[in-house]
Amino acid sequence: MTGLQDRLTPEQIEEFGREMDAIRQRIVADLGQDDVDYIRNVIKTQRGLEVAGRALMFAGFVPPAWLAGVGALSLAKILDNMEIGHNVMHGQYDWTRIPELSSQKFEWDTMAPAENWRHSHNYIHHTFTNVLDKDRDIGYGILRIDPAQKWHPYYLGNPVYATVLAFIFQWGVMLHDLEFDRVVRGERKWSDPELKQMRERMARKAVKQVGKDYVLFPLLTGPLAPLTFLGNASANLTRNLWAFAIIFCGHFPSDVESFTEEETENETRGQWYLRQILGSANITGGPLFHILSGNLSHQIEHHLFPDIPARRYPQIAAEVRAVCEKYGLPYNTGPLHKQLWSVAKKIVKFALPPRPRQTDGKPDTLASDRVSAAA
Amino acid sequence: MRLAAIAEALLTPHGIDRYLELVDPMLVRREIRGEVTAVEHQTPGTVTLTLKPSSAWRGFRAGQYVRVSVDIDGVRRTRCYSPAGSQHRDGRLELTIKAQGLVSQHLNRARPGWVLGLSQADGAFTLPEPRPEKLLLISGGSGITPLMSMLRTLADEGHRGEVVFLHYANTPDDVLYAHELARQAPNVRVVLACTHAAGGELSGFFSREHLAEAAPWYAGALTYLCGPAQLMDSVRAGYDSEQLSEQLITEEFASSELVIDESAAEGTVRFAHSGVEFPNSGRPLLEQAEEAGLRPEHGCRMGICFSCTKVKARGRVRNTKSGEVSGEENEEIQLCISVPAGDVEIDA
Repeated sequence: MTGLQDRLTPEQIEEFGREMDAIRQRIVADLGQDDVDYIRNVIKTQRGLEVAGRALMFAGFVPPAWLAGVGALSLAKILDNMEIGHNVMHGQYDWTRIPELSSQKFEWDTMAPAENWRHSHNYIHHTFTNVLDKDRDIGYGILRIDPAQKWHPYYLGNPVYATVLAFIFQWGVMLHDLEFDRVVRGERKWSDPELKQMRERMARKAVKQVGKDYVLFPLLTGPLAPLTFLGNASANLTRNLWAFAIIFCGHFPSDVESFTEEETENETRGQWYLRQILGSANITGGPLFHILSGNLSHQIEHHLFPDIPARRYPQIAAEVRAVCEKYGLPYNTGPLHKQLWSVAKKIVKFALPPRPRQTDGKPDTLASDRVSAAA
Repeated sequence: MRLAAIAEALLTPHGIDRYLELVDPMLVRREIRGEVTAVEHQTPGTVTLTLKPSSAWRGFRAGQYVRVSVDIDGVRRTRCYSPAGSQHRDGRLELTIKAQGLVSQHLNRARPGWVLGLSQADGAFTLPEPRPEKLLLISGGSGITPLMSMLRTLADEGHRGEVVFLHYANTPDDVLYAHELARQAPNVRVVLACTHAAGGELSGFFSREHLAEAAPWYAGALTYLCGPAQLMDSVRAGYDSEQLSEQLITEEFASSELVIDESAAEGTVRFAHSGVEFPNSGRPLLEQAEEAGLRPEHGCRMGICFSCTKVKARGRVRNTKSGEVSGEENEEIQLCISVPAGDVEIDA
């Protein structure tokens, strides 16, 4: 028996699945004008911050104005990517049938083209959450983040790769879709037509993104061009570091579990819910923190119900947690610094070759925990 | 326009409208919106709205329709309406709407200042150029709007040909545009028929006698028809029986009953992009997709607006309007009036 199926009895898992479905049903039935008003307000705020940030760059020769500009633009990009883009592209507002809130039409202010990302994230990552060799978000194809990933001297660079990734995160997310590691290993052909299409989309999007932040807007500010260039780069960097931090805290803190393909075969709906809970981690914080994290601070709720508006996650978090407690399931949460520290430790730990205890080749599931606990 | 291209590049990826609309929803450049400038209730249960469209509006030809969108409880709803004004009128748009159905009931509460979503005008229910010498226009109820537009357009053009306008209403009080109809130019003859009360020149439902009475020359003229399904069906049957169907041009705003045999449904419907698959229930594809949790874009739900057009990669579908079955690959179909016949794959 493996960890995942071993966790609850078949009757329990069914009842647990029903309880999760009931939470979902209640929210879906309640969706309405308030949800649309909310996202429209966030969008309005984001656009306002963006315009203010761009405008302040024209006064960039005054240091406080430049700093304020970078701040406003950083916030705009963070809101655009996290609370608006990520959530809209999950189809959280598709029920409104409003084209600018449609998952199929939304494009965000980052390098990764929406269409590529919808496949790699919405489909691959959210379907196969934390399933080794299936969920490509485990280590993003560059990091060793799980004991079941075979160690190689390359991974000695783990902390360096992670740091570099944090700085260039938007490029990393874009290139992630190419499955570059699989191309290097020869599992995927560079000339594959699908890959070619993807590369073309990336090139088009990158030209537009680089064009506006590093050419057009700097040129518009005339003699201030270098300052504007630097300001825009700083805003992109701030957003990169923030997004990296929030996203790495969603699945990589210690005690988050991963799974093998075998144990997730023929999964029931209840088991799928269970896997989402065991494979995700939350971050505690105030309302503003949740908004700026795109409510990915409620990663557990997001993974259970990726297509309900994110503003609903805080409303159901206590209930989800209570259900977890009822069934003796973990609910991984903690403040940002604690979760980040946990992720950092893991990145360093798995850079090193496994100590003998870890060579069982099993992923980091309850079963292996239990074996090691018993040992 | 080079300036607009630079603005778009600066405002990528969201585009200029997403910023302009925050200043004023009517400033949009690509999308079309209409601001309600006047509201009038001609009869109980109808509203006549005058709209000022935003800059992208390219005008319309008499008889065409526009898609109007409103957000109700957070959900965008779309319905088609035919402008009733002359196509030559100063860019304003006049819609007369009967309070029937979700969107129309909502619009019956419209106030000046409301901003509605609009599409460009569409539809082939238009007058030929040059204008015909003899014309018969037949309408019922709120089906009057495209024909009113034709009448007003012809008047603006100084059309001298003979026009007969045969209009059906329940009672004399239900006749829309009654005052204007009463004072038409000498070449236009308005014949009112009341179906549920005395008062018109004719009474009762459409019949051959009505035709002979209103326009004895109908066999040698073009006839434009728009109204409730029952009127449409009986006029069509009349023209069919005299082999005049080629002279009859129709516009349907109330769909005729769909003939759907759900018990004979078989096969699997697959939406390729979302990967959603479900067994064919025999209902139109739009309804099946919605039941499966998908939200395809749509408008009229009766095959006239083409908002829900998608590419069918493979499989056979029956068009419920024409009854035609088509199995072509990569063909564009309207989800709302297409019923799958066996396995079907949609590129959406």
